[in-house]
Amino acid sequence: MSENNKPRRDFIKLASMTLGGVGAASLAIPFISSMQPGKDALALASTEIDLTPIPEGESLTVVWRGKPVFIRHRSQEEIQIAQETKIEDLIDIEEDSVRVQNDKWLIVLGVCTHLGCVPLGQKTTDSKGDYGGWFCPCHGSHYDTSGRIRKGPAPKNLEVPPYVFLSENRIKIG
Amino acid sequence: MSFNDPHGYKKNLSSPYTGVKGWIDSRLPLIRMMEAEYLKFPVPKSLNYFWSFGGIAMFCLIGLILSGIFLGMHYKPSAAEAFNSVERIMRDVQFGWLVRYLHMNLASFFFIATYIHIFRALYFGSYKAPRELVFIFGMLMFLLMMGTAFLGYTLPWGQMSYWGATVITNLFSAIPVVGDSILLTLLGDFTVSDATVNRFYVLHWLLAFAIVGLVVFHVITLHMTGSNNPTGMEPQNWDETLSFHPYMTIKDTKAMVLFFILVAFILFYYPNIMGHSDNYIRANALVTPAHIVPEWYFLPFYAILRAIPDKLGGVLAMFGSIAVLFILPWLDTSKVRSCLYRPIWRICVLLFALNFFVLMYMGAKPASDIYVLISRIGTAYWFLFFLVLAPLVGYLETPRQPVTISNYIRDKKA
Repeated sequence: MSENNKPRRDFIKLASMTLGGVGAASLAIPFISSMQPGKDALALASTEIDLTPIPEGESLTVVWRGKPVFIRHRSQEEIQIAQETKIEDLIDIEEDSVRVQNDKWLIVLGVCTHLGCVPLGQKTTDSKGDYGGWFCPCHGSHYDTSGRIRKGPAPKNLEVPPYVFLSENRIKIG
Repeated sequence: MSFNDPHGYKKNLSSPYTGVKGWIDSRLPLIRMMEAEYLKFPVPKSLNYFWSFGGIAMFCLIGLILSGIFLGMHYKPSAAEAFNSVERIMRDVQFGWLVRYLHMNLASFFFIATYIHIFRALYFGSYKAPRELVFIFGMLMFLLMMGTAFLGYTLPWGQMSYWGATVITNLFSAIPVVGDSILLTLLGDFTVSDATVNRFYVLHWLLAFAIVGLVVFHVITLHMTGSNNPTGMEPQNWDETLSFHPYMTIKDTKAMVLFFILVAFILFYYPNIMGHSDNYIRANALVTPAHIVPEWYFLPFYAILRAIPDKLGGVLAMFGSIAVLFILPWLDTSKVRSCLYRPIWRICVLLFALNFFVLMYMGAKPASDIYVLISRIGTAYWFLFFLVLAPLVGYLETPRQPVTISNYIRDKKA
């Protein structure tokens, strides 16, 4: 082999290794996709709930996509506290008005934004934390009556799932 | 040899043995390798019982794989059947209770042996040159052990299984931008679910065998350098060594018998003492247990996670607390290996061990003010130990002159 053949051989080596590498790496697409939620899990995307049985001041837990959803029928006092909270006191700044469609009904995912535990506060006997909303027993996060994080390690407010009011007392989540 | 082999690439086909042994050994050189590495292998003659825990850990691993194979014949990895299949193993499968209790408790004892083994490495400087890779393979195994234990703990599908899996997988959601999609990919659903337990079962097996593979690398690298010993000095001559067999085989056997008597005692009299009773309640996705705690061997790291009041920060601190171990061989600047001759570092290492237990205790306590404060002090010391004390003490301290292995033994006898 003469000296001036060498760059050509290097090029062929590099090109074939690159092609082989890209080919092998592309296998990751089907493999990793197969690990994601399947079509059956994605299909369970909406739940309808009748709100009439929930008295004022009490809550209901329903399941949506395998996760608990907290529905709280807020009292006038709870609404007032949520609306009058000063923006400066919040960790994840959000007005109460953007978190509810109807002031009476607060609908949030019952999943602590820290590490995914279910916060306490749904039952009337539960501890509701220092801000009257929910308290996560795992690592001590406190949420207020708008489901906003006020104290503890959780970084974000309880997530508001997508939902619509089908009628005054009926909602569809998802 | 039929052709000229100037570089010596061709293997030596002649065996030191004859007959069937020689026939096999000349084709598969395992027999001569085992003889060189395990029978005649020279080890420093000053080894103490701390040096038995690597072998003990390996026997725990063998026991875990054995019991795991038989458990796997009855366990069903699905959300609907997992909990009941474990109950069936406990009640109906013949000796199923023994196989399961063995698997459960050996996992704990594997960690006990490993923690003692790691302490040995820290105290006597076994991580220092030229044994850095021995230590790094060891740390990789430790990491995989934690992964395997976590995955395995999910499988019985009890309340602690479920919520432990939820909390730990949610650690990944702390990663900015891609965190949530990593979480979905990991779980295969929006929550810990049927898809999750199925894949965790597969990965539990996979990681277990990956640990076996790493044991091989751990031992190969160890046998290149030879064992460290309490003096931290290399053997100066043949007289300062003993052959692995029969000296170490008999010594390790004695240590193992004592260790496994303790295992048997716990196994037969207090099989659930290291577990949590909530895990005998079937997983419920809507109720988080009031006091969610990980298995005891994760508690120090759990305390570190909770000590940081920020989600991403807590996760980084927890993973960082293990990551710093990997670079310890380069953080420690001392020329002397063993703590026997390092008066200041010795105190630092003993404090580190004490701190490990303090953090373990804090991890089991609720996340209230005083416990969080102590966890923070403990976490601070953990990182101070590696990132500040290791380089600084090595630099400032005046170590005593280590004695040779022969003199060490003479002094001990005197």
